[in-house]
Amino acid sequence: MLYAIKIAWRYLTASKAQTGLLVAGVATGVFVFIFMSALIGGLAVYLVQQTVGDISHVTLEAPSRDAGLLLPEGVEAQLVQQKARGQRDTLRSAEAFLPAISAMAGVKAVSPQIVGNGFVIRGQSRAPVSVTGVEPDKVSAIADLQSRLIAGDTVLTNNAVLVGKSLAEDLGIGVGQVIRLQSDRNVERSLVIAGIFKVGVEALDARAAFVSTATARTLFALPQGLSRVEIKLDDLNQADEFAVRLAAETGLKATPWTQGNAQLLSGLRAQANSGNLIKGFALVTIVIGVASALLLSTYRRRPEIGIMRAFGAPRGFVVAVFVLQGTLIGLLGGLLGAGLGYLALSPFPLPENITSGSLPIDVRQGAYGLAIALTTIGAILASILPARAAARVDPVSVIGQ
Amino acid sequence: MSVLVEVGDLVKTYGSGDAETRVLKGLDLVLEEGDLAALLGPSGSGKSTLLTILGTLMQPTSGRHSMLGEDLTRAGDAALTEFRNRHIGFVFQFHHLLPDFTALENVIFPTAIAQGRETAGARARGEDLLERVGLADRMDFRATQLSGGQKQRVAIARALMNQPELVLADEPTGNLDRESASQVMALIAEINQQEQTTFLISTHDEKIAAACRRQIKVVDGKTVSD
Repeated sequence: MLYAIKIAWRYLTASKAQTGLLVAGVATGVFVFIFMSALIGGLAVYLVQQTVGDISHVTLEAPSRDAGLLLPEGVEAQLVQQKARGQRDTLRSAEAFLPAISAMAGVKAVSPQIVGNGFVIRGQSRAPVSVTGVEPDKVSAIADLQSRLIAGDTVLTNNAVLVGKSLAEDLGIGVGQVIRLQSDRNVERSLVIAGIFKVGVEALDARAAFVSTATARTLFALPQGLSRVEIKLDDLNQADEFAVRLAAETGLKATPWTQGNAQLLSGLRAQANSGNLIKGFALVTIVIGVASALLLSTYRRRPEIGIMRAFGAPRGFVVAVFVLQGTLIGLLGGLLGAGLGYLALSPFPLPENITSGSLPIDVRQGAYGLAIALTTIGAILASILPARAAARVDPVSVIGQ
Repeated sequence: MSVLVEVGDLVKTYGSGDAETRVLKGLDLVLEEGDLAALLGPSGSGKSTLLTILGTLMQPTSGRHSMLGEDLTRAGDAALTEFRNRHIGFVFQFHHLLPDFTALENVIFPTAIAQGRETAGARARGEDLLERVGLADRMDFRATQLSGGQKQRVAIARALMNQPELVLADEPTGNLDRESASQVMALIAEINQQEQTTFLISTHDEKIAAACRRQIKVVDGKTVSD
């Protein structure tokens, strides 16, 4: 094998320009592969960040329960059961689970909430809002309101409210001004605008109001219990598994973010498939390039192959020489392409930090090792056909030439 | 002297049906250890085909072929390749050196193939052989940097590298000027004398043939005189 490596290397270095071009071609294919990996991966991070970054990853709610039938055994009866609608499902035992959920590995934040609907009233103006009562120290636990604040602060005292920019503009209100908030339980409170945020999602900016849980309890006449618990995870891709585990451990209804975002997931899958297709084409190009170059080399070196065979080189040795050439070309091209890819993509900011309109390239998702491995394997496969052709060279037919 | 190579009733045909051409037509030949033999005959008489079969590069259509007591007619490709590497050397008219290798690397090629790498022992023998053929100062020259005579001397050194019992030479001086041809023949005669290596030299050159102790003439696929 050592001697086969030496001959393979000698053949490659004997035609430096040809080998250089071949390696450059392979490196270009690898660069395309890495660029597509980083772009598709970065785009996925960016889209998920934009879409899911400010929502709960897993939401715990009260399980829907049907009323039990109290018929004695053996009694037959025809029943028409009407399912209860519009009732408030509250979590009465959720507080007991909160410390345990917070302590679970992979949980980034837990936010117990009381939610309901109501109206913000300012003079003659009324605007419907979705009211969320959160613990004052967890205002930014799920949606990062702190960083999206455009006026005031996020300190939620018992007479404070946070509203979105669109709502504030619609009602003509600003920080420090007083509004009335009327709940669907017909409870009304006067609250001071503590802060105004702009998330960029119209549903939040125009139709959301955040108050403290204490305020929410009075607004929705809920002296105890919670409406829901929102949970944010370190890795949002673990939401499905986490929801199953939480449901099993708490007996509550646990909904992962993926259930309400099937279209996003489908889009991301389609995007990943498109990227894989382009990466596949890049690999096929590499395979064809290496195969054609080595086939040409096989033809050019037929007399030498014949001499090697005449002096006792087994067919396997000839195969090894050409497969090793393919391996070296794949490896060198792979390393060069991966190195250049990393250098070229490094200056791009990470998708988490980019501004709107920038290219969301994630240098961490370049799949460098995979690119090098697949390219080397591809080059090895590409060299098999030329190698077999070389091994079939009849020494008698070329020695006389 | 003992028998090194023996072929009997050797037949070789190319093609089939109406296109069938019979090149060897029941040829008999015995080469003994230490022979220095010239193989003569007109073009198309079957000399090259005979050398190819004796070199185990081709199987005869029928007949017997043995060397060192081994029946080679029934051996497979792998066995013949190994046998060729250990026992047979070749010198071709157009030298056929590996152009991207140095003179020394070309010489030690048959041993490196057998051993899987270039050992220090192989390099030492290669250097001895190149000194012997008068190319001590050309060891690290690429084959493409050597003259025709030098290339042929490197080819002779390569043929001798694995100390083969038989060296087959096909017009080894056919592409050389008179002076280089004389040097090459003198070298072959010297090696034959000193190491008892058997040489079978295919040639059209009467002077080369005269320098050999034995002349074998092939006409129309058969040996007609010896």
